[in-house]
Amino acid sequence: MSDAFEIINIGMNHRTAPVELRECLAAQEDHEERALRAIRDCDVIREGAYLSTCNRVEAILVTDRAREAERWMLSLMAELGGTPRDTIAPSIYIHKGLDAVEHVFRVAASLDSMVIGEPQILGQVKEAYARATRRRTSGVILNRLMHKAFHVAKRVRTETGICESAVSISYAAVELGRKIFHELEGKKVLLIGAGEMAEVAARHLITAGVDGMWVANRTFERAVEVAGYFQAEAVSLDEIPVVLEKADIVLSSTAATQYVITHDMTRNVLRKRRNRPLFFIDIAVPRDVEPRVNDLENVYVYDIDDLKDVVEYNREQRKAEAAAADRIIQEEVLKFDRWLKTLAVVPTIRSLREKAEAIVRSEWKKSDAALAALSPEQREAVRVLTRSIVEKVLNDPILFLKGKAGRETLEGYLDVTRKLFNLDREE
Amino acid sequence: MFDMALGLVLIASGGYVVFIVSQKKWVAGVSFWVLAAGFVCHSLFLGLRYVALETLPVLDFKSALSFFSWSIIAAYLALYARFRLRVLGSFAAPLAAVFMILSSAMPWTQGPVKPVFKSLWLTAHAGSMFLGNGLLAVMFLSAVMYLIQERQIKKKLLGSFFKRLPSLATLDSINRQSLVYGFPFLTLGMITGAVYAQNALGSYWRWDPKEVWSLITWLLYAALLHERLVAGWRGRRAAIGSIVCFCALVFTFVGGSLWLGGYHSFRSLGAP
Repeated sequence: MSDAFEIINIGMNHRTAPVELRECLAAQEDHEERALRAIRDCDVIREGAYLSTCNRVEAILVTDRAREAERWMLSLMAELGGTPRDTIAPSIYIHKGLDAVEHVFRVAASLDSMVIGEPQILGQVKEAYARATRRRTSGVILNRLMHKAFHVAKRVRTETGICESAVSISYAAVELGRKIFHELEGKKVLLIGAGEMAEVAARHLITAGVDGMWVANRTFERAVEVAGYFQAEAVSLDEIPVVLEKADIVLSSTAATQYVITHDMTRNVLRKRRNRPLFFIDIAVPRDVEPRVNDLENVYVYDIDDLKDVVEYNREQRKAEAAAADRIIQEEVLKFDRWLKTLAVVPTIRSLREKAEAIVRSEWKKSDAALAALSPEQREAVRVLTRSIVEKVLNDPILFLKGKAGRETLEGYLDVTRKLFNLDREE
Repeated sequence: MFDMALGLVLIASGGYVVFIVSQKKWVAGVSFWVLAAGFVCHSLFLGLRYVALETLPVLDFKSALSFFSWSIIAAYLALYARFRLRVLGSFAAPLAAVFMILSSAMPWTQGPVKPVFKSLWLTAHAGSMFLGNGLLAVMFLSAVMYLIQERQIKKKLLGSFFKRLPSLATLDSINRQSLVYGFPFLTLGMITGAVYAQNALGSYWRWDPKEVWSLITWLLYAALLHERLVAGWRGRRAAIGSIVCFCALVFTFVGGSLWLGGYHSFRSLGAP
């Protein structure tokens, strides 16, 4: 393994890319597999993982040639999204080295999420990593990085209050609802599509006092199942216009590629509602509610990007928690850095051990005849003895070298060690 | 007494403005009591004037403005009892204060009161008109607040106004309530005016410019009330409607009293 590798991270998220662009790239079933296959076949890239959720697309790569890898990855993303490179490029961020490590930690800990502290992202990162191991695109560096990322996520969750903080899509939706309806008691909710996020939001709305809920879903069985959790009524997608006459809040999160709620549908319903306000929360990507619906009177449409702004606005209130989380991230980045630097020591230590091993083996062979006279127990005792002598002798130099990891003087000590033990000369 | 009332209302307005910026509830609490104290002073002042003039002090523009601002505060306090909405004070108190400042800046023009005005009918007519105007002024304010808040929510500009203004539902229901209560006062004012005119001038309706404009204003409000109650108008459309209606009301009040002539104009009211 050569030493000059770099960890880079290329991607886009809800902050850098508009929803229109994320719609092209995000959450297409086969994108991840295609990306991993390409990563495995690409000889510039040593290790790689590819994460794609509805709010972010990113690749984590270990490469010897960062420049080429970047360019290659950008083209791959453009190809997957079916968009020209030039449209993607302005929305892309690239982190390198420790910045990349930090970014990966933040993503896993849900600090980079649109809804900070939302629990799904960690599962998605784990899933992406599992896919990478299955496809064998993950190696020493990535394995360690990802496991550390999971560890960081756990620490952030347990040591800071950021995950319990009320800042979430659901909270934002409830707050907005209160600004429109004053109170949510007695209001009725229509849930379209039944993702995890939607269920969390629905639960929040119920806590906030809404009574009465419908669940509509593409597959009716699923609608019935979800409706069961909330004592709601299951309806089919065709019944949506009818339910719209009675609902006050509509929470939509389907995977449909076309608008589920159209301008005409809503306009027709409004008269029957006697202009009672209607609040759409569209957390789907691609969007479920036609944006023009927001132009209708007494109708308010918030898509996931709009909610991001609400969340952004709430972010102010949680600076202390964020600072605690940042401290954890920094701490873990430093630890990872230290580990990365020990990697430079690893080849020397390995040669040292191999050399010692070779000596033990050859000496053993020389004394073979003499040792043959001993009983099996005695032979075993001699074997243990030689091994532990070698271990003890090597222990201090190895510890010393590890201690120098990351120091400027390391290079010199490695050189001395290799000469002292004659590690580089073939014999 | 009036100066004291003005001072208190100014302090309360300042307090309410501080409240809307700082969002400290105690500031609004203090402002509320200062405003209430100002209202009491103002009421005493108007009471004394009433005793002195033997009729409602509304016969010149200075007094009318003062009475108008009193009725705005009265309407706000009445609605506060119902909605407990502090932030409305940040709009109502300054509006009342502006009217009071205008009033106090005007010279005294009041001559001796003609005997014909020393009538309970005039008190009933002008009194209910002004109480109606006060409520409709608050309605106008709630409409303005509604439009601001609605715009914030529609355009997704969730800044400081979004946080500080009440919910659309609250603003809409204040708008509705002040119309539902204000309109009967307006109607009552029209009726008592007609009866008074019959008693004093010998006919119910004389096509005086202010009468005509009042009728137009009344019809506009009637239309708005109808749309609200029957056609289910609400929200933005109702808010714009109440702003339009209030413009007509202000035109009637100012124009009918100053520019359009007729026996309602202050010139003829004050003429000996």
